[in-house]
Amino acid sequence: MPAITVGIFIIVLPAFFPSAYYYRIGALVFIFALAVVGLNLLMGFAGQVSLGHAGFLGIGAYAVAIGPVHLGAPPWLSLFAGAIISGTVAFVVGRPILRLKGHYLAVATLGFGLLIAIVLTNEANWTGGPDGMNVPALTLFGWRVHGSAAWYWIAAVTFLGGFLLALNLMDSPTGRALQAIHDSEIAARVLGIDVARKKLAVFVISAIYASVAGSYLALFNGLITPDVAGFLRSIELVAMVVLGGMGSIVGSLVGAAVLVVLPQALTIFQEYEQALLGLIVMIFMIFLRRGMVPSVAAVFAGWHK
Amino acid sequence: MILEADQVSISFGGVRAVDGVSLAIAPGQVFSIIGPNGSGKTTLFNLVSGIYLPNDGSIRLAGETVTGLAPEQLARRGLSRTFQNLQIFSRMSVLENVMVGRQRHERTGILADLLHWPSVKRQNAATREAARAALVRVGLADAADRPAGSLAYGALKRLEIARALASEPTVLLLDEPAAGCNAVETQELDRVIRSIVKQGITVVLVEHDMRLVMNISDRVHVLASGKTLSEGTPQQVRSDAAVVEAYLGVHGSQEAGRAFY
Repeated sequence: MPAITVGIFIIVLPAFFPSAYYYRIGALVFIFALAVVGLNLLMGFAGQVSLGHAGFLGIGAYAVAIGPVHLGAPPWLSLFAGAIISGTVAFVVGRPILRLKGHYLAVATLGFGLLIAIVLTNEANWTGGPDGMNVPALTLFGWRVHGSAAWYWIAAVTFLGGFLLALNLMDSPTGRALQAIHDSEIAARVLGIDVARKKLAVFVISAIYASVAGSYLALFNGLITPDVAGFLRSIELVAMVVLGGMGSIVGSLVGAAVLVVLPQALTIFQEYEQALLGLIVMIFMIFLRRGMVPSVAAVFAGWHK
Repeated sequence: MILEADQVSISFGGVRAVDGVSLAIAPGQVFSIIGPNGSGKTTLFNLVSGIYLPNDGSIRLAGETVTGLAPEQLARRGLSRTFQNLQIFSRMSVLENVMVGRQRHERTGILADLLHWPSVKRQNAATREAARAALVRVGLADAADRPAGSLAYGALKRLEIARALASEPTVLLLDEPAAGCNAVETQELDRVIRSIVKQGITVVLVEHDMRLVMNISDRVHVLASGKTLSEGTPQQVRSDAAVVEAYLGVHGSQEAGRAFY
C-alpha cells in the first residue's frame, strides 16, 4: 500500500529534522506536492497540459486573504469558497479551452494563468496590488494555527488525503477513461467515453487541488503577492510533475520535494545557485527521462527479471 | 436490418470519397466491404461509426436513424469498431485496455470514484472478470498483465477486437483486421471472427485478404472510386466481370479470363 508507506514516511521524517526550519521546508514540500498531484491527474493521466495552473493557486491564496480581510469570513470558510470558485472557474474556462490540443492548449492555459495574475495585480483595492497583502492566521475550533511544525502536520495530512483520492480515482472507471483519452481519443470515443466531459471533470479536480494548496501557502506564509499566480509558478508546477514522473502519484511528491529542497540546499553555492539547479534538473531529465519514480521503478523491475 | 446506410456521400476538398453508397446489413451476418486502395472503404466505416458526418444520406442502426450521432453515442447503442491503424492505449496493461471496453456498462460518478465506495470496488472486480473473458476469446489471456505496448502486431490486432468485444456490441466493425498479419495470425483471426458471429454479433469487415473475405462472408459489397460496384454472395461477386476489372484492369481481366480455359 503506497498510502501507508507515505503515511509512515510523514510520521518518521520529523525525527531527522535538526531544527524547526526543516518543518518549514517539509510543509512547503507537502503543500506543493498537493498541487502537483492534481496537475499530474490532468497531465500525466489524461495527457492535457496546463501552463496556467498557478492561476488556481492564486485564486486559493487570495480567497483566504480577501475573505477574512474584506468580507469578514473565517479563513477555513474562505478556503472552501476558494476551492469552489476555482472549480467553477475551471468548469467555465475548461469547456472552450479543453477542445484544443497540444501546443494550442498549452498557449490557451498560459493565457489563462497570465490573466489571473494580471487581475490580482491590478485589482489593488481588493488584493493590495503588486505588494500583495497580509493573510490572517487560520483558526480551527479556537486554535490559532501558527508555527512550521503545525503546518507540517496539516499539510502532510491533507497531502495524504489528496494522494489517496488520486489513487482511488485512477483505479476507477473515470481513471481508466482518462488514461484511455491520453493514448487515443478516438478509440476512447468509440468505446462510449464522453471525452469532453471527462477532460472537464479532471480539469476541475486538478483546479481544486491547486486552489487548496494555494490557500495553505498563503495561510502558512502569512503574506501573499501576485507572484503566487505567476507564469514561473505554473512552470515550476509542470517541472515538478515531469521531474517526478508523469502519471506517477508518488512521483508528484518526489518532484515537489526535489524542486523545493534543492534550491535551499544549493544556497551555499551563492551566485551559482540558479545555474546549478538548472544543471541538476537537466541531468535528472537526461538520465531519468520518464521522470524519477517511473525510471527508477523500471530499473528495479528489470532486476527482478 | 440491423445496420443500414442510405445514399451516403462525403466529399473532401471536392473529391467525393464516398458517393451515394447504400448498405443493408442483416443481423448475424458477416458483411464484407472490399475494393481497391482508395475506393472509400475506411471512409465509409468512419461515416457509419460517427467519426465523419455525411454530407448526404442517412444511417440507421436497428431501425433508428443515427445520422450525426457522435461515436460515443453510437457506442452506447451497441456499435463498436477496431481501427486499421491501431489505436491501442499503449500506457495501460493489456487487461486495462480491455477493461476500458466495459465503459458503457459501468456506472460512474466522480465522487464515488474518488472515494472508492464499495460499489466501485465491486464494479471493478466485475469489469476485470469480463475483460479477462474477452482476452480468453481472442487467445491473449496469458498476456493480460503485460504493457500493451510490448505486444506483437498481430496480437495488438486481436487486443483491439477483445476491447471492442468487451463492450458487448450488437454490431462490430473490423477495419482490416488481417492487414500485416502472417498466415498463422490470419487463421487465428478467422477462428475469432467465426466465434463472434456464433455469439450473434453482426460483423462488418473491411479487408484486403480475399481468402479470409471469401471464406467467412455472407455478403460482399464492392466499392470502386467511392461508388458501389457490386454486391452479393462471395460467389456472385467473384464472378462479376466489373469487379474483376476493377481489381485487375481491363487488360488484366482479359488475361484472367483466359486463365480459366
